[in-house]
Amino acid sequence: MDNYIIEMLNITKVFPGIVANDNITLKLRKGEIHALLGENGAGKSTLMSVLFGLYQAEEGEIHKNGKKVEINNPNDANDLGIGMVHQHFKLVDVFTVLENIILGVEPNKMGFIQKKEARKKIMDLSEQYGLKVNPDALIENISVGMQQRVEILKMLYRENEILIFDEPTAVLTPQEIDELIEIMRGFAAEGKSILFITHKLNEIMAVADRCTVLRKGKYVGTVDIKDTTKEELSRMMVGREVNFKVDKSEAKIKEKVLSVKNLSVASEHHKNLAVNNISFDVNAGEIVCIAGIDGNGQTELVSALTGLSKMESGQIILCDTDITKANIRKRSKAGISHVPEDRHKHGLVLDYSLEDNMVLQRYWEPKFQKKGFIKKREVRKYANQLIEKYDVRSGQGPTTIARSMSGGNQQKAILGREIDKEHKLLVAVQPTRGLDVGAIEYIHSQLVASRDSGKAVLLVSLELDEVMNVSDRILVIYEGEIVGELDPKKIDVQELGLYMSGAKRDKSKGE
Amino acid sequence: MDKTWIKKITKSKSFSAFTSALLAIFLGLIIGFIVMLFARPERAVAALQKILFYGFTDLGNVFYFATPIMMTGLSVGFAFKMGLFNIGASGQYTLGMLFALYAGFTFDLPLGIHWIVCVLFGMLGGMLWGIFPGLFKAYFNVNEVITSIMFNYIGTYLVDMLVKGSAKMYVPTTTRTAYLPQSAQLPALGIKNSSANIAIFIAIALAIILFIILNKTTFGYELRATGFNKHASQYAGMNGKKNIVITMMISGALAGLGGAFAILAPSTIAGSSQTYEPINVIAANGFNGIAVALLGNSSPIGIIFSSIFISHIQRGGTQTSILGFKPEIIDVVVAIIIYFSAFSLVIKMAAGRLITKMRHSKGKEEVDQALSEETYMPDKPGDNTDDIEEKEV
Repeated sequence: MDNYIIEMLNITKVFPGIVANDNITLKLRKGEIHALLGENGAGKSTLMSVLFGLYQAEEGEIHKNGKKVEINNPNDANDLGIGMVHQHFKLVDVFTVLENIILGVEPNKMGFIQKKEARKKIMDLSEQYGLKVNPDALIENISVGMQQRVEILKMLYRENEILIFDEPTAVLTPQEIDELIEIMRGFAAEGKSILFITHKLNEIMAVADRCTVLRKGKYVGTVDIKDTTKEELSRMMVGREVNFKVDKSEAKIKEKVLSVKNLSVASEHHKNLAVNNISFDVNAGEIVCIAGIDGNGQTELVSALTGLSKMESGQIILCDTDITKANIRKRSKAGISHVPEDRHKHGLVLDYSLEDNMVLQRYWEPKFQKKGFIKKREVRKYANQLIEKYDVRSGQGPTTIARSMSGGNQQKAILGREIDKEHKLLVAVQPTRGLDVGAIEYIHSQLVASRDSGKAVLLVSLELDEVMNVSDRILVIYEGEIVGELDPKKIDVQELGLYMSGAKRDKSKGE
Repeated sequence: MDKTWIKKITKSKSFSAFTSALLAIFLGLIIGFIVMLFARPERAVAALQKILFYGFTDLGNVFYFATPIMMTGLSVGFAFKMGLFNIGASGQYTLGMLFALYAGFTFDLPLGIHWIVCVLFGMLGGMLWGIFPGLFKAYFNVNEVITSIMFNYIGTYLVDMLVKGSAKMYVPTTTRTAYLPQSAQLPALGIKNSSANIAIFIAIALAIILFIILNKTTFGYELRATGFNKHASQYAGMNGKKNIVITMMISGALAGLGGAFAILAPSTIAGSSQTYEPINVIAANGFNGIAVALLGNSSPIGIIFSSIFISHIQRGGTQTSILGFKPEIIDVVVAIIIYFSAFSLVIKMAAGRLITKMRHSKGKEEVDQALSEETYMPDKPGDNTDDIEEKEV
């Protein structure tokens, strides 16, 4: 039974100030699907990067079929039959599918590419594994799911037998996820070995044979999936019991807070409208969720709402005040709080201290400044209050540089800042992206608390669990249009998926 | 525990900026020395001694020559804080000089007031020349580097044209400007054989004021936030356009003051003054300001020291001609120092990595301690997968 194709023995990888992998051992059997589970920052990606030759470990050995091997760069890994599908695809947008697949290993005669030969091989592979692609389509014109297939075909084309998938389901619809799981099973049946990085427990339970759990750079254990439960896995991952259900009571819906009428926003990427004639309301005391697959106009919608970008046409009314033409500061004063999608780009000044970041929206208030001079003491006092109240943990308290904080605590700081600010509407865009289970739990409870205190909450999310568990009402956005208004209590994930992928739409909505 | 304050200092950002500047200077001098070894091996040691120590015997002139580059350094550094690269300090400097000259020749004001008015006029001239790149950047999204380079040329030619065209200012026989009246010249400090004057104190005072603006006021808060992260400042509702224009105005004013201080400085010869020769050359002091700002890490306080240091080695450098070196050698050395001041950040990071590795092999407890302190590590992985992605490229 101990037929290991890859053994990573006692791997230690150190970065300045942090031990990313501390004496980790991972053994991959031939023909198994092996999940690698851990919270963000647990060291999963680092460990896989070591295996793929992107990093060199300080200590430890890698064995293939019992023999020690040196992997100094991705080419070495490729020679050993190790392939990787990265979380962010490594594709050339303006090349065709075929060109991307053969990139780096182009079959050629005297420097001339033999596309015919390549095409035949790709079509054979495509048929064999049920990975349908159009070899002549440009990458920029195909869907994300399709791009992932191209990445998988790249590995197959190189005849890799050890396949690493780095969070492959993050960008897929429920239907696409099911297909991917089928494909992965097919590979395993063929004798290929799969390493599958994720922090989604459902997928592990569905597809993996065994699972190795990491926590804070350390090895926790390896378990057989058939002998374990979701709860057990999450306890290993987080180190304590986790509550999966979001505790919340019935929504007590009050007055209308936000009203969006016929909003259209131009796209930066293509000629069509990114947001096309959208209308909806959000009331006090409810959490409305904009659900959809990434890139269907959510970013543009929020930018237009919060004033970060201009809208093409339409009207935005906040509590009976028309804020269509108001600038960001005015909207903020009028009562919009915004937890932005990208906390590093918009949410924080990473080189500022935590306390300076805590007043980012409010430094101009008389409370924090007098005649243009910032009241340092007040800022410090306020920052300490927020740190206490929202459990923001950092090395040096209010004077910690934001950059040195963990993602979860950065997000807690932003959320605390935005909730604590006087507001009527809280716009939270993917507030739990990239966070670990503990932080997600906390942020969800804060969103519900905000709702219960009579605020209107507009949540934009790509995570299906979040959409189903947190929201009181779901608006599905597809290609810039709202294609369905759903009640999370009355539908299931599969149906939601159909709306999200555009396969289904309410007749009353849109065209 | 009584060592905590030392730790606090050594861990602070300004300390690391200071050490990296020292490292840059050290490496720059070594390479500069090697260059001199190639030029005249037998005199290189003597020349290095001149560069390092001559300035101490001529402090008056060190301060005198430090003043204009301190101002242009502050100008460039201040704009840097906002994320703007004001390469147009030369043009603003030249305009400041013109305005100061104009006020000096045109107004007839009493002693003690005249020079103040001239200085203020110089400031106005620089401000005027700084506004344009700011406006273009804010409202037409034209890169300030391009505009300010162009404005260097426009400014230089314009000033030379106006100076040559003015009978009051220009003396065709000497091809230089006329002597300014005594009342327009800055009060001298009375150091023998030097033009050291009150402007050095004004410049240092301005640096301190800038430090306060940057670190204590809402305007400084907005400015640095914009410099660090443009998107976050927009998200926070800061008026980026207004701030760009104001920053460029202040930056221009500072460079303009540099020009005014240079031309209004008292002469060592009684009855004369500093003069300007309009020969269509862009003022070097503007570009030296970039070097000063870089070496001073754009910090107003750092710039006080970096400008004095650069002036110091420049004074020494001019003396190397006695030993048969071309005076340009000192420009080479200064350039190397600047080069290393950018490079030293890389060296520092590499050193940091090495230290962490050593600590790790020493024992895990110490690493845990280092971890718990959460020191500022620009490339600490793990808090965001995107960070790792970037490094893979």
